[in-house]
Amino acid sequence: MSAATIHSAPAGATAGQSVGGSGSRDYEPNMVLATQTFDVVGSRPVRHDGTDKVTGRAVYGADVALPGTLHGTILRSPHAHARIRSIDTSKAAAMEGVLAVVTAGDLPAAEDKLVDVGEGDTRLSYVHGNVLAKDKVLYQGHAVAAVAATNPHVAEQAAKAIAVDYEVLPCSMTAPEAMSAEAELLHDDLCTTELGERTDKVSNIADHFHWTLGDVDEGFPRSDVVVERTFDTATVHQGYIEPHNVTALWNHDGRLHLWCSTQGAFVVRDVTSKILEIPVSSIRVTPTEIGGGFGGKIPVYMEPVAALLSKKSGRPVKILMSREDVFLGTGPTAGTHSRVKIGATSDGKIQAMEAELAYEAGAYPGSFVTPGGMCVFAAYECANISVEGYDVVVNKPSCAAYRAPGAPQAAFAAEQVIDEVAREIGMDPVAFRLQNAAKEGTRRVDGPKFRRIGCEEVLEAVRDHPHYQAPLDGPNKGRGVAVGFWFNVGLESSCTLNVNTNGTVNLVEGSTDIGGTRTSIAMQAAEVLGIPAEDILPEVVDTDSVGFTSVTGGSRTTFATGWAAHDAAQKIVTEMKARAAKLWSVDADQVEHAKGTYSSNGNNATFQELAAQASRTGGPVSATATVKPRGVGGSFAANIVDVQVDPETGKVDIVRFTAIQDVGKAVHPSYVEGQMQGGSVQGIGWALNEEYFMGADGTMKNGTLLDYRMPTALDLPMIDTCIVEVANPGHPFGVRGVGEANIVPPLPAIANAIHDAVGARMQRLPMNPPAVWSALSES
Amino acid sequence: MQSVHVRSTINGQPAEFLCEARQSLLEVLRDVLRLTGTKEGCNDGNCGACTVDMDGRIVPACLVLGVEADGARITTVEGIADTAALHPIQSAFLEGAALQCGVCTPGFIMAAKALLDRNTDPTEDEIRLWLANNLCRCTGYDKIVRSVQAAAACQRQETAS
Repeated sequence: MSAATIHSAPAGATAGQSVGGSGSRDYEPNMVLATQTFDVVGSRPVRHDGTDKVTGRAVYGADVALPGTLHGTILRSPHAHARIRSIDTSKAAAMEGVLAVVTAGDLPAAEDKLVDVGEGDTRLSYVHGNVLAKDKVLYQGHAVAAVAATNPHVAEQAAKAIAVDYEVLPCSMTAPEAMSAEAELLHDDLCTTELGERTDKVSNIADHFHWTLGDVDEGFPRSDVVVERTFDTATVHQGYIEPHNVTALWNHDGRLHLWCSTQGAFVVRDVTSKILEIPVSSIRVTPTEIGGGFGGKIPVYMEPVAALLSKKSGRPVKILMSREDVFLGTGPTAGTHSRVKIGATSDGKIQAMEAELAYEAGAYPGSFVTPGGMCVFAAYECANISVEGYDVVVNKPSCAAYRAPGAPQAAFAAEQVIDEVAREIGMDPVAFRLQNAAKEGTRRVDGPKFRRIGCEEVLEAVRDHPHYQAPLDGPNKGRGVAVGFWFNVGLESSCTLNVNTNGTVNLVEGSTDIGGTRTSIAMQAAEVLGIPAEDILPEVVDTDSVGFTSVTGGSRTTFATGWAAHDAAQKIVTEMKARAAKLWSVDADQVEHAKGTYSSNGNNATFQELAAQASRTGGPVSATATVKPRGVGGSFAANIVDVQVDPETGKVDIVRFTAIQDVGKAVHPSYVEGQMQGGSVQGIGWALNEEYFMGADGTMKNGTLLDYRMPTALDLPMIDTCIVEVANPGHPFGVRGVGEANIVPPLPAIANAIHDAVGARMQRLPMNPPAVWSALSES
Repeated sequence: MQSVHVRSTINGQPAEFLCEARQSLLEVLRDVLRLTGTKEGCNDGNCGACTVDMDGRIVPACLVLGVEADGARITTVEGIADTAALHPIQSAFLEGAALQCGVCTPGFIMAAKALLDRNTDPTEDEIRLWLANNLCRCTGYDKIVRSVQAAAACQRQETAS
């Protein structure tokens, strides 16, 4: 920390001016602990797509309007679990204005093979079955049929006229229920994978894994303090404000063009190709502007359905989800049941850690329990660890990724037990964490050894932060801390740079921009070229117009697509040296480049001057780079949170919140702060209010934004940030990725703060007023 | 279904359109008039993404019928910048990094504009209360609140000079 220099935010809206209403402050609300500085990387230019987004000109998926477009509607199951006896679409098909109706029978039969769905492989039959249900519906909201009509109201009426005969079956809504021997099976062909081996045991448990390091049976007896608790978390939704949407045109030349709001245009292309059994080369996907994703806009839901409706009708077909459809038919993230046990000696050394995690996958396998297991104890160095996980199918929507998927639920359990152990030993909870913190070389229970990580630096930033030093005043107030981890991913990216004659550069890339990544990618090219970020003109293009690029997910876009931009820019520099050499009749290796100026033997030329002469020195200057980076750097995040609990109602108010995160290098600090603030607030919502409130029949009772209560501006204080920069040695600028780790610590940090305030240990999410009131009554 | 002839003023210009009685103002703006800057997030008045100004009051366009626009003056996000420059709130949102995905942004800008039209120096609490009808899932509201404060300061300075 001593080597770090503190860079204040610039004057202006993001600056640390004292804010009315939140009291006077003598510190910087948004601080950057920078360890290396650059010219462009680390500055705060205005985003390239900003003007379009504040004037209403940006084209989101719902804004696409092709001539002659029909409107589609999807009919969804009213039951959580039922056999489909029959579907009669004849009345709907006969209605005036209806041009096409489709059911699962219109899809090609699914081959049983694996398909890459963006952040891993799954069975094609599962993706297929989720797009349109075949013999059974597995959750309320499961798509059953679809209609295309001349306007959305006619389509809706027609969908209602489709008669589906259901045989309602018993449903299992939680992992423990679905794991019991009496539970109704969701899939009669789902065999448990037991410790990596496929068995022939048909059950609702898709996967059971068990990882060990050392021997917990040796570690627990050595411990002076052992704490063991069980925890439950509710199903929650990603909650993006823009509902899913798609426009499909299956042209008469056999080419399918899709416009949609997606985190991965190439994933949509590839998965749609497999479902419809048409070549990837016959599909073009245009990713529109996207109104939030958080992992929930990686899966393919409506694209193949809209495509079939377009093929049948010969017209473009647009389908927009309603908000209720979004809750019922997309996302969410797993509800979980877990048990965590941690033992430590009285000198504060952790001796053993054990976790058992059972995650609800929803209707099809894939609950993200595996990353939960990877992250649950990642912040600690301990010789004896045991982590068991169960991926369990239940009658809820099929889980999608949600920001560090699987990790927050695990941290909710582990970080509360850590807090309790520290208290029993009588140690400060941050000092206890620091004493046991993971570092370079620490072996994780899932196998890998950490390379350079910033866990200790993040905890030191917590310890030294003015917020942690500040006294708490008044009754029923408490302070909690917690730390969380996300490993981040690399995957694949492409980028092309085309130099214009006035020295600006068009940047072509394929990563959907959800939070300013056009700019954070362009800044990395600008840094290499030695030109201003504003001179790079980034454009996110369709799948026909750029090399393969994986999803905007896993905190990878600034890291990996930025790396592709860096590499392409290096090629441009090499080419510009050759052009300068030609002008000056010297060898290219005699030309030096620094900060956009090329020189050799007394000759000097700027990037702009060389660009202007491109035509005379060999023609257009252009370069493409593709990357599949290996040097992914995981990110640690921590929170300090102060709460005030109303003992009469159980309502919890967040009175002060500080988010700390090691991001490697903040390419655009304002956007990094925004990620940290946004992730923190999603975590606050998850902790305090959000849940799928399910009836006994397995149907959701709160599928509106009134009743599914996400945080509003009024519920929150300012979210202070502290950016820690421990450079990732695997990236040219030290970038780790910032999007996800920040949602991990809020759940347990708030729980720990509630405990500090009123002495109640919260073992269940959400910690809403009834839950806190009950806990207070019991304690 | 029979269409209704509606005469209104939208973004300062006379606008005439035909709409079905069941169509909301949001549908009319987006699908009939192609003013797609106003966004749909929930279609039941709970997210604020479709906030527009109607006769000096902000309303969720999804809860207003298109036919109710007859004789009304409507302002949308497309109508607040002048030819030469963005509205100070739009500039403040850009400079303050107050948007990430941007889909809630038009609603926030319309709501914030209505606040600053009434109160040139709102406190943080007043801003948070006023904006509580608008949901943002990306930013955690911090930079939105600060940008509204910055826009207010900028407007006060413009008025003073």
